[in-house]
Amino acid sequence: MKILVMVKQVPDTATKVRVQPGSTSIATEGIKWVINPYDEFAIEESLRIKERHGGEVVVVSVGPQRVEEAIRQTLAMGADRGIHVKTDDVLDSQTTAEILAAVARSEGFDLIVTGKQAVDDDAAQVGSLAAVLLDVPQVTVVLKLDVNAEEQRLVAERELEGTIEIVELPYPAVVTAQRGLNEPRYPTLPNIMKAKKKEVRVETLEGLGIKPQLKVRIVALSEPPERPAAKILTGDPVEMAQQLVDLLHNEAKVL
Amino acid sequence: MANKILVVLEQHEGKVRRIALEMLSLAQKLSAGNVIALTFGSQAEETREMLARYGADQVVALHNAVFDQYSSDGFADAVKQVQSAVGADVLFLPATAWGKDLAPRTAGLLGAGLATDCTAVEIGQDGRLVATRPIYAGKAIATVVIDSPVQMFSLRPNIQPVEETGRAGQLEDIVVTVHPEAWRAKVTAVRAQGGGTMELTEAEIIVSGGRGMKGPENFKLLDALATELGAAVGSSRPVADEGWVPHSYHIGQTGKVVSPNVYFAIGISGAIQHLAGISGSKYIVAINSDPEAPIFKAANYGIVGNLFEVVPAVTDAVRKLKTER
Repeated sequence: MKILVMVKQVPDTATKVRVQPGSTSIATEGIKWVINPYDEFAIEESLRIKERHGGEVVVVSVGPQRVEEAIRQTLAMGADRGIHVKTDDVLDSQTTAEILAAVARSEGFDLIVTGKQAVDDDAAQVGSLAAVLLDVPQVTVVLKLDVNAEEQRLVAERELEGTIEIVELPYPAVVTAQRGLNEPRYPTLPNIMKAKKKEVRVETLEGLGIKPQLKVRIVALSEPPERPAAKILTGDPVEMAQQLVDLLHNEAKVL
Repeated sequence: MANKILVVLEQHEGKVRRIALEMLSLAQKLSAGNVIALTFGSQAEETREMLARYGADQVVALHNAVFDQYSSDGFADAVKQVQSAVGADVLFLPATAWGKDLAPRTAGLLGAGLATDCTAVEIGQDGRLVATRPIYAGKAIATVVIDSPVQMFSLRPNIQPVEETGRAGQLEDIVVTVHPEAWRAKVTAVRAQGGGTMELTEAEIIVSGGRGMKGPENFKLLDALATELGAAVGSSRPVADEGWVPHSYHIGQTGKVVSPNVYFAIGISGAIQHLAGISGSKYIVAINSDPEAPIFKAANYGIVGNLFEVVPAVTDAVRKLKTER
């Protein structure tokens, strides 16, 4: 079972996002970079599949020099090796998918596992776009995954509005992970030491034959408008409750 | 030249979600007379009247029974064939679980750029569309354009107004070649999920609890308020992680991003990830015993007090308002 895990490095979710004035990007000073939380579920699931079925877990990530740290973290969790496609370019989902598909073609794979979306651009597209490029089926937002290695098939549960959908598909395939799929492990000290010796191969866009050509372009970026100061009520619970309902009914007109 | 907009939507038992009508209303506003609705399944034609009333000039109903069960690769291929047959240069899909699975798969097949989870779409100076989409779960707002011939957008539910524009809704017979035996990912069953029956991302009112609820047994207070309000129940991340409520309740940057008319944050201190996920709410009500809690900075109305006394009192006050009307 060869599993490719696509990982993106993103600002920690505790980050207060500031827009770089006059630009279409955020100010990156002081940002703590972490593995996209949904990608952690993807790594964990891949490691568990390997533990049950054997094989290899290879982590692929695209981005500048700092991305190597994210790859090292996944190696410390137990991934076997990493591929770092090094670029400082601004990419959209389509270009990222092309890069990952190029790597997947040269590596070969049974499964590609990634997060259901990255918590920076929230595009939720790369997994599906890569699946199309590689002409394999997809199952997204997965809460539970069963691998039938004998028949080379997957049974997945995915989350819909208020319901769970059971999807069956053959692999090779792309799977995207939702919170609830598993509980990601922490790296142990021996594994952190071992991770330092594991291979991280560096690739370039030129080497992969990719020329970034954006299809989706950000033309402006702003911070959300601030809400006006709150009306704060204090005092007797019953009176406050009555005041609140009056305000929602008469002032906000939402009840 | 006016855009030809294909609105791709799901139906269940001949009924559509509100987001379907939102998309049609928006499409009609952007390109009156050029709106085609596409829906799937043996009951697809039953939606015609409804879709016409809200802005479908034409309706393509793929009523072949093979479309009763969803397949991402099968449906994406069908959308591509319909897009080509009707000559649509703009596609709208709902940013629901269904739409978010189908939209990128279709975008890949069409070689089209896709803007996910948009809150607004307008016509730009060059006649192409310009979309607004929150990123970082709403901590920043991006304005995006799409540089491919076909432009695709998925639309966030509960943002656009729904308008009855009364169009012809003429059924278009489009022949789609399907090979269901070649479909690979197939839905084989659907079952109800534990927890609330109302979907958070589509709810007009949300009642949400955090650590201040002190335990899972106290969520019945929120259920009671939600029942009076006709609201959905959600939660902060820590209480979902603790297992007090299912993961599907979790609202925030790594959970659901919501945009109700009113959001009640009860016993929620207001971590930055949670505030991001609720920033699209029109009104935020905070109920918390700690006057310093960050949630009050994000709220329109705040009650500083013991939620175990305040919440039942609010439930009573809502009930009273309803009986007076």
